Amino acid sequence: MRSLFLLLWRNNFTLLFLLLWAICFYLIIRNNNFQQVSVFNSTNKVTASVLEAVNYVKEYINLKENNASLARENARLKSLLPDAYYENGVVKTIVADSTRSQQYSFITSRVVNNSVNRRNNYLTLDKGSVHGVKKDMGVISSSGVVGIVKDVSEHYCTVMSVLHKNTRISTRFKNSNYFGSLVWDGSDSKIATLLEVPKHVKFNNGDSLVTTVYSTIFPEGVMVGIVRGSELKPGDNFYAIKVRLSTNFANLSHVYIVDNLLKSEQLGLEAQTLSTDDN
Amino acid sequence: MITELLVFLFRFLILILVQVVVLNNVQFSGFINPFVYIMFIMMLPVRMPKTFLLLAAFLTGLVVDVFSNTMGMHAAACVFMAYVRPTVLRIMAPRDGYETESSPSVKELGFTWFLIYAAALTFIHHFILFYIEVFRFSEFFTTLLRVLLSSVATLLTIMISQYLFGKPINEK
Repeated sequence: MRSLFLLLWRNNFTLLFLLLWAICFYLIIRNNNFQQVSVFNSTNKVTASVLEAVNYVKEYINLKENNASLARENARLKSLLPDAYYENGVVKTIVADSTRSQQYSFITSRVVNNSVNRRNNYLTLDKGSVHGVKKDMGVISSSGVVGIVKDVSEHYCTVMSVLHKNTRISTRFKNSNYFGSLVWDGSDSKIATLLEVPKHVKFNNGDSLVTTVYSTIFPEGVMVGIVRGSELKPGDNFYAIKVRLSTNFANLSHVYIVDNLLKSEQLGLEAQTLSTDDN
Repeated sequence: MITELLVFLFRFLILILVQVVVLNNVQFSGFINPFVYIMFIMMLPVRMPKTFLLLAAFLTGLVVDVFSNTMGMHAAACVFMAYVRPTVLRIMAPRDGYETESSPSVKELGFTWFLIYAAALTFIHHFILFYIEVFRFSEFFTTLLRVLLSSVATLLTIMISQYLFGKPINEK
């Protein structure tokens, strides 16, 4: 027994090292676990306020660019107003209001922390549960998809960006209904890969890609990117398509969090179908 | 003793701030991210008890983790780096040993010595960090490229800051 203690004492350096590594890996694995609601790090008060101060400066540096992009978007939105249309039809169909109900609402938000150079990138936004943000909501910018809300605190939320190992986004061609899932291979923040497109599908470089209606996270038709090139390995039935992302992740500052008002209804119904299927 | 402790504390705060506020926002071509804060662990005194060394490294890594949303990754890399540091120091010991109060720096042990020492520890740290981050071997060579490029960037930053801020600590 005494020699055992002696052995432990003599190797206390290695033992402490192993103990600390065990703690580290516990933290890493706990944090990688998707299902678990964890108190995410950059959402706590101290770090968030430091990051916000940093972002305050960064926003000034990018002010000109941001103004331009917001102005562009204003112009686009104005063009969608009824005033902007010239009424040239004679016959009008009157549609009662109750047949259309709003499905998506948008929460505007600022990006307070962002990265593009890691294998798994996250953003921190300055809206949280008090503003109605919930886990698994989609995040889009004026130019395209950004990511999916991962964790929410009172005033902040973290977003798993498209530039993440575990993000898959259901994407289809704008001009046909063939779809695949978009993943990021970790090398270039401007390029992603679209997988699972069958080899009989015809498409050209420069075709636009948009989100599908199948995910309950994003509205249909949000811009994802354009086709840059494709590869079909011999014997493979699916293309690997290089996609130039439409969102510039390196200078994101204003984004919209998408609230799908009918999401719980759809998911509830689907779960019900599946559970009756089992019996 | 107290002033020395303050110097280390000051260096800790400055390096962490520089890392979190400036360097975490620096992006060269999506591949390179210098991690200069590990210089703090490199420059701890040679005679420091090994267990304190591990704990200091763990703490440093954890603080950087909290600021960059990578819970545990930097801490694991730092702890591993601190674990191999005594071995590296022993292999690289000058013929008549280290002075009692010395801590590794260009001023005390010379340019070549510190370059080799920093290169070895930086590579070890980055290797662990990037492979933990990716957590799979299917992207082995891409990750290795990231490790090498970032190591060079970190090393360059460390060597430059040695000349900018590397004033002798125990100026009497």
